[in-house]
Amino acid sequence: MITNTLYSLCGLVLFAMGLFALFACSHLLRKILAVNIMSAGVFLVLVAAAYRPLGAGEVDPVPHAMVLTGIVVSVSVTALALILACRVQETSNLSISRNGLKVNDEEGSGG
Amino acid sequence: MTYNILTLFDIILITTLLLLAWEVLSSENIFTGVVLFISFGLVMALAWVRMRAPDVALAEAALGAGLTGPLFLSALRRMERIHKDERRLDMDEERSDIDEKSDK
Amino acid sequence: MKSRINNRPKRHDPLLLLLLLLIIILATLLVKVIYNLPVGITGLGEEVASFQQRSGVVSPVTAVLLNFRSYDTLLEVMVLLLAVIGVWSLTKAPFPRKTIKTSPVQLAVVRLLAPLMCLVAVYLVWQGSHLAGGAFQGGAVLGGAGVLMLVAELPMFQQISSRPLRIGLLLGPIVFLGVALLCIVNGGELLAYPQGWAGSLLLLIESACAVSIGLALSALFVGGRPVDDLLEKKKS
Repeated sequence: MITNTLYSLCGLVLFAMGLFALFACSHLLRKILAVNIMSAGVFLVLVAAAYRPLGAGEVDPVPHAMVLTGIVVSVSVTALALILACRVQETSNLSISRNGLKVNDEEGSGG
Repeated sequence: MTYNILTLFDIILITTLLLLAWEVLSSENIFTGVVLFISFGLVMALAWVRMRAPDVALAEAALGAGLTGPLFLSALRRMERIHKDERRLDMDEERSDIDEKSDK
Repeated sequence: MKSRINNRPKRHDPLLLLLLLLIIILATLLVKVIYNLPVGITGLGEEVASFQQRSGVVSPVTAVLLNFRSYDTLLEVMVLLLAVIGVWSLTKAPFPRKTIKTSPVQLAVVRLLAPLMCLVAVYLVWQGSHLAGGAFQGGAVLGGAGVLMLVAELPMFQQISSRPLRIGLLLGPIVFLGVALLCIVNGGELLAYPQGWAGSLLLLIESACAVSIGLALSALFVGGRPVDDLLEKKKS
C-alpha cells in the first residue's frame, strides 16, 4: 500500500509543479514542457492506482492501456503545440519588426 | 504496511523524478530544460517498470524520451532561426533607414 | 536573443505568491482525495483475466487495448492522424538545407542502426500478442528510426514524394476502420471480432497501425507538409 501512496503523491506533486510553471513561465516552450510534466503526473497517479505488489494479485491492465493511449495522444498534442508556438512567434515577431518596434531589446533589459 | 529495500528504491526514484522535474521547469537555459526533460522521461520509464507496467515503460522510453525530445529540440532550433531571420530583417530595415537618410 | 530564451518569472511577485497559495490549496485537497481512495478494490484485473481466452492474445494490456477497449485505440490513431493534418495545414516543411556536413561517423551509425531499429519494431509488434509490446511501441521505434534518418539528412529523404507518405499514413486507420465495419457486416457490433479470427485480425491491425504511427511520428518531427505537395503540383 505504501508504494501506491508514495507514487500517487509523487504524481500529485508533479502535477502541481507543472500547473504552477504553466502559469508562471512566459516562454511558450516552457509552458509546453510544463503540460508534459503535468501529464506525467496524471499518468503516475493512474498507474499507481493499478499497482499491486508481487504476490498480491494481478496488476489491473485497464489503466495501463489508458495510460498508453494517453502517452501517444500527449506526444501528438505536444507536436501540434510546438508547431503552433513556432507559428505564434514567427507571426508576432514579424509584425512587430515591421512596425519598427524593438520589443526584443526591451525584454532583454526587463527579463 | 511493509517496508523493505524496495521502499528505499522508491524513495530514491521519486526524489530523482521530482528534482529532475524541478530542474526542467526552473533551469536558466531552456535547452538545458529540454535535455533534462529527456532524462526525466527515461527515469519515468524506470518508474513504470517499478509499477509493473512494462508496456507503458516501453512506450515511454520510445515516445516520451526518444521522440518528444527531438520534437522540442527541432522546435527550439526553428525558433532560434526565426530570431536570426528577424534580426537580419531588422538590420535590413536599419540599413534602408540609413540609406534613406544619406539620400536626403 | 538570449534574453528571450532565458526569461524566468520574477521572484516575489504578489500574483505569483497568490498562484502558489492556490496551487498548494489544490494540492492539499488532492492529497485528501488520495488518502480517501477506497482501499482493497481489486480493479478490473480479474474480469480481463476471465475474458482473456476470447481475446485472441495472451498479453492482457494488448487485449484491453485492441479488443476490449478497441474503440479508444481507433480514435487514438485518428487523433495522431489529425495532429499530422493540423501540422501540415499550418506550415510547409522547413527542410533543413545542409548547414553542417554530416559526419561520416553519424552516417555509418545511422546505416547500422536504422535497419536494426526496423527489425526491433517488427519484433515488438509481433511480441505484443504475448509479452510487453505492441503497435504503439513498434510504431514509436519506427518513428525513432525515421527521425534518425531525417537528422542524418540522407539524400533519399530529400526527394521523398508525398503520395506514398499519405498512403502510409492512412494505412493504419483504414485497416482498423475496415475491420470494424466488416465486423458489423458480419452481423456483430462495431469491433466485435468473430470468434477464432481475433488473433490474426489483431496482428493485421497492429502491423498496419505500427507503420502509420511510425510515419506519423516522423512527419510530426519534420513539422510541415512535404515540399512537393500534391495540391501545389496541380497548381503549377
